[in-house]
Amino acid sequence: MTTIHPLEINFQDKIDQEAKIEPKDWMPDAYRKTNLRQISQHAHSEVVGMLPEGNWITRAPSLKRKAILIAKVQDEAGHGLYLYCAAETLGQSREQMIDDLHSGKAKYSSIFNYPTLTWADMGAIGWLVDGAAILNQVMLCRTSYGPYARAMVRICKEESFHQRQGFETLLVLSKGTEEQKAMCQDAINRWWWPSLMMFGPKDSESTNSDQSMKWKIKRKSNDELRQNFVDMIAEQIKLLGMTLPDSHLKWNEQRGSYDFGEINWDEFWNVVKGNGPCNKERIDARRKAHEEGAWVREAALAYADKKNKIKTVSAA
Amino acid sequence: MNFQFIKKMYYGDIPDEPGNGAAYQTKPDTAAWPLWEVFIRSKRGLDHKHAGSLKAADATMAIENARDVYTRRQEGVSIWVVESKYIHASNPDEAESFFDPAEDKVYRHPSFYELPDEVKHM
Ligand SMILES: [Fe+2]
Ligand SMILES: [Fe+2]
Repeated sequence: MTTIHPLEINFQDKIDQEAKIEPKDWMPDAYRKTNLRQISQHAHSEVVGMLPEGNWITRAPSLKRKAILIAKVQDEAGHGLYLYCAAETLGQSREQMIDDLHSGKAKYSSIFNYPTLTWADMGAIGWLVDGAAILNQVMLCRTSYGPYARAMVRICKEESFHQRQGFETLLVLSKGTEEQKAMCQDAINRWWWPSLMMFGPKDSESTNSDQSMKWKIKRKSNDELRQNFVDMIAEQIKLLGMTLPDSHLKWNEQRGSYDFGEINWDEFWNVVKGNGPCNKERIDARRKAHEEGAWVREAALAYADKKNKIKTVSAA
Repeated sequence: MNFQFIKKMYYGDIPDEPGNGAAYQTKPDTAAWPLWEVFIRSKRGLDHKHAGSLKAADATMAIENARDVYTRRQEGVSIWVVESKYIHASNPDEAESFFDPAEDKVYRHPSFYELPDEVKHM
């Protein structure tokens, strides 16, 4: 018989009673590692996620759209920060996390390895990509690790405008010229399947018992969230007068949900493994920003040191 | 399919394995900024409340960054920052005994006292 350590029983008790786990509490090593991996990947996703949209800031069609896009991208930078801070409470330094991203060891959401080809992509990303992220993040507001849950609450408050501005962008295009309508449909066609992939592999791919559910790190399965998403989008797209690129999409009266077609899992794994259209470009951009910003970080610290010394001298 | 090594991946939970950038040599950062805790007064008359943390070279930068990160939607009228290393905390492992003295003093609460209904508003 394997004996469970009293600390571990106590830990699971807390979780079962919906008490949050805080940084200085005892926790199983695997709980710490799982959270660290998930939170840091989430942080990386927010940061890398700024790149596809950043691509359009200088090319937004109006000053209003430019201001909105900057505001959204700035929010994502904040989300990255909240999440890096949450991950740091588990004992890994920010420098280490960033190194792991840049070396390719740590992952980020594959969705950001697709290119943004037209202005309509800004709409499709807000509506579909942020929409998918929100479903996941709303669930994570109730995750068992306190700092992660708090970061999620703050993030969710800021996210809702992201999805709304995206939908509105598409709505305007959908009422525009023939070219604009075509651009709108094309963006939806390209972003639909990658958005569905954001929820991860099918539940049936899981072979082991699901520890993340037991520890309440996660509370809904990938398929459950994906179905919520399909049901939401399949209704909203009617308002755009556009279609989703899936001939199998059909309302299922019995299930009270939409049926939909099979995801191209080969493409999914390919992008995860680093062979997506923009994997290299994204990481190169991150490394470049980090390296070229090094002197700024050093100068700021040197300046702070100098000011401190002057203060100590004049105080003596 | 030979992707058996991946047992299960959640959104934001992708297995770590060397990607196509594994050969990249990261440059050690010589200038790591200290961590600061941020407290924000959301409106006049309320306490400053812990909002989160951030890194900054000095206090001035910490306050400016806190403004940009935590009050972009007018969430604050005043900001405090303190370097995280100066925060002392009670020990969570001893929380039970530490907070124990308050546990058996129900008479500190108004509901402990049963008064006739005629004594309105007390
Ligand atoms: Fe975000
Ligand atoms: Fe967002």
